[in-house]
Parts: sequence; structure tokens; C-alpha cells
Amino acid sequence: MPERTSGTAGPLAERRSPTIDEIAPAAAAGAGSQRRGSSPLLRLLSVVLVLGLWEWGGRIPISLSFPTCSQTLAALATMLADGTLLAAYADTIRPLIIGLVLCGVGAAAAGIAMGLSRTIEWFGLPVFVILQAAPSAAIVPVITYVYGIGLAAKVFAVVLLSAPVIVLNAYKGIRHTSPSLLDMSRSFLASRRQQVTKIVLPSASGLIFAGMRLGAAQGFTGVILAELLITPTGVGDLITYYRSVADYPKMFASILSIIVIASVTITLLQKIEETVFRPELRQA
Amino acid sequence: MAGAIPTASRSEAPPDHVVEARGVSMVYPGNVTALAGVDIGFARGQLTTLLGPSGCGKTTLLKIIAGLIEPTGGEILIEGRPVRGPGPERAFVFQDFALMPWATVLRNVAFGLELRGVPKAEREEIARRCIAEVRLAGFEHSYPHQLSGGMRQRVGLARALAVDAEILLMDEPFASVDEQTRRKFQEDLLALLEVEKKTVIFVTHSIEEAVYVSDQIVLLSERPGRVSKIVRPGLDRSGDFERIRRERAYLDCVDEIWNVLKRYLED
Repeated sequence: MPERTSGTAGPLAERRSPTIDEIAPAAAAGAGSQRRGSSPLLRLLSVVLVLGLWEWGGRIPISLSFPTCSQTLAALATMLADGTLLAAYADTIRPLIIGLVLCGVGAAAAGIAMGLSRTIEWFGLPVFVILQAAPSAAIVPVITYVYGIGLAAKVFAVVLLSAPVIVLNAYKGIRHTSPSLLDMSRSFLASRRQQVTKIVLPSASGLIFAGMRLGAAQGFTGVILAELLITPTGVGDLITYYRSVADYPKMFASILSIIVIASVTITLLQKIEETVFRPELRQA
Repeated sequence: MAGAIPTASRSEAPPDHVVEARGVSMVYPGNVTALAGVDIGFARGQLTTLLGPSGCGKTTLLKIIAGLIEPTGGEILIEGRPVRGPGPERAFVFQDFALMPWATVLRNVAFGLELRGVPKAEREEIARRCIAEVRLAGFEHSYPHQLSGGMRQRVGLARALAVDAEILLMDEPFASVDEQTRRKFQEDLLALLEVEKKTVIFVTHSIEEAVYVSDQIVLLSERPGRVSKIVRPGLDRSGDFERIRRERAYLDCVDEIWNVLKRYLED
């Protein structure tokens, strides 16, 4: 009987074991090479392709208000040289940073608290679910009634857009802690406090960081919306102004600059997460 | 303590039960009865297997013994004292390994000691010894995702050994491991238990595995789980482990258990 068992189990196991032992490292190596090896070239190629299409579209021209890529880049260089862009960003960055720091600490803490306590969940969850679903652009003008048109209004707009996604991600991260890891910590006599600091928070950190990246992107939207809709200052004002005087290359240059800065910020956040907080991601 | 070595345990010394289940029942919400009045004694230094059809409440019983689930009826006694929750004299080995993916092998193995506040240098020294014992030396600084399934379960086992608990609770520890690794693992477990002298409660659904490793096999009926039969294979485990699988007693015992369990399939 054991002979027969091993006879049937043998080939099955042989078929199964390579999937565990070989494919997993291969997949890990694949992901690694995608991040480091061929990808920069591909990425550069896709950037060149998009810029080329833009140049071509501008030359047709698709519309009189659509400048070519080269015109836009030239305008960008001028604006950088004469200091307009720098002055505008001085106005835009401050509320953005204040808002994002508030969210990074406050909203993440709120989400974690909601994940850990049923009472706080009952109290807070509906608010953030509604806020996330609500079309924020419609709410932003209302801020003026409360906070006027100053710095506070802009910070509020950043928080309004950025907080829900950070809160909800942190909350989900906490709630999705593996029940088996919780059982494990209990069976090895963890106190509730140890369970939270050593199991729940580390296991939620991936989703918490993902929420922060999404929240940062939302924060950029928030500050620009505020500048377009309530406080005509900073980069939002540049866009409005150049559109009104029909200086389309400069208008596009302003838009391009904020897109680039937002993308670089998000990528940087991801790099920080990988190198500082999550050592297991570094080893392929 | 005479019953500590598996070979000696066959002499059936007067039962010295480290763990005792007394009328343990478990009814889950929705009136699902997982266990209905289970009485079992687990002798010191022996390996007892809980075996039965899937859904018979084997894992539930193990988690009740671990103190992770509170039974709705009856009680578990450890050294005569009723169980109120997890305790330092019990260590659990999980079917899905339950390793922290963000921690190295070394930290995972030392985790039980870390929770108990053992200083870092001391707990890491103990962990290194346990890692060597399960033959994983050299992988101390690897992360779980870099290891194969079999190696991950070795980490789970080393973690349970590191807290030096008298009772090891193993929930289908080899279920997620391929067949070759599983056989090697069973042999290693027997070798390890000869040195470590633990009381082991082992859940499995493999008859061959149960007969191969156990001093005592508790057959549970299908849901609601009751003790249907207790089998003592009584194999001589001294010397060559490979020989056991060819022994008459081993084969007869597998057949005997199969004849009991078959009934639950035909119903």
C-alpha cells in the first residue's frame, strides 16, 4: 500500500514541486529586471513617442489653442529663467506641503483608529466613504464661506481631497490583517499592544503607504482646484491667466510643470517607502 | 517521564496525561456543531494524532487546546489545570506557516521570545540554535518569500521550538508541502522528537502520515466530531526510519484505520 501511494504521489509531486521552487524565484527575478533592467529604455521610448505625437499634433495644427511640444518647452524655459514659475510654486507648494503633512499624520492615524476600534469605525467610516464618493470640485467653492480665500482655504482643499483615500486605505490595511498571523501572535502570548505594533501595523503598512501615494496625488488636484476655483494665486493662477491672454505655450508649460512635479513626488514617495520602511521589498 | 522516548512509550506505563480533553463541545453560531463531547487523554512525551474526515473538527479541537478558541462545552486540562487561553507551555505550528513576511527568518524564529521580552542577543542566540536544528543554517537573514514551502514550515517549527514549550500543537503542518519534502519532514520530526522529548498533538488527514509518526491515533467521526476509535500503532521506531514503512504492523495499522474511515465516505 505505501508503494502504491508513493507511486501515485511521486509524479504528482514532481509536477507540483517545480512550480513552488522555480517559478516563484523566476517571477521575483522578472519583477526585479522589469524595475531595473530593460525598463528605463522602454520608459524613455514611451516619453519620446508621446512628445513626438504632441509635436506632430501641434504642427497640423489640431487647434489654434494647441501649441507644439517645442513651443511649450521653450515657454517653460523662459518662465523658469524669468522667475515666474518659481514665484508661482512658492505660493502653491506651501499649502500643499502643510495639507499633505496633516493628512499623512492625521488621516493615517484616523484610518488606523477606525481599523482598530469598532466605535470609531461606526463614527467615522460613513463620513469618509461619502467624502470619497462626493465630487470634490463641487465642494471646493463652499470652502470660501468658512475659510475665505487665504492659505487656510487652500490647505483645506488639499485635506478634503487627500484625506479620504488615506483614511480608507489605512482602515482597509488594518482590517485585512491575516487572521492566521493574529492567531500566531496570540498563541505566542502577544499582548493587545504587541499585536498592534508588531503584527497589525507592519502588515497594514503596504496599504497605508499606497494610500499616502494616492493621497499625495489627490493633494495636487486639491491645491490646483483651489487655485482655479477660489484663490487665484500660484500655478492655478498662471494657468487661468495665460489662458485669458491666449498665451497657450505658457499655459501648457504651467500644466506640464505641475504634472511633472506631481509624478516625481509620487515616485519619490515610493522609493522612500521601499528603501526606508520595507526591507523585504529590496531583496528580490 | 519513562514515556518520553517513543520506543519506550509502547510499554503503556500508567497514563500520565499532560493534556486532557473533557467533554469538549463546540457549537458555532448558526447551530453548526463541530465537536460533540470529546474526551481524550494525551500522554506525556507522546505524539498523538487527530485524524478524521475533513470538517470533523480536528483543527477546531487543536485550537481549543491551544486556547485560541473557547469551547462552548467541556474543558481542557493541562497538568490538571483548566485552560483559559494560550500559555507558555504550548507552542503552535500553523498549516499556512503564519510567518511575518516583513521579518527575516531569524526574527520570525525569535518572535515568541521577542514577545516575552527576552533581550535581543539572547533570543537570537536561541533562534540560531533552533534554525540549525531544523537544518536551515545559512538562511537566518532570508525573508519568507525567498524560501520554498518546506523551508517555510521549518521556520514555523523552529519558532515553536525556540520558546521551549513542553507541548507542540501542529495543525496539518505538512499539508502545504510537496510529497518528497513531506516524507523527509516526517523523518526529521521523529529524529527531532527523540532529542527534544516533547508532547505533540498533530492534526492530519493523511492516514500514512498518522501511522508513521504517532504513538496514539485518535480517529474522529464526521461532523459533529466524536472520538470514534483510538489506535496505537505500536511501531518500533529505533534505528532506520525507512524500515517502518515496510513493516507489517505499519501496513496493518493503515488498513485498520482505512476500514474505519471508509464508513464515513460511504454514508
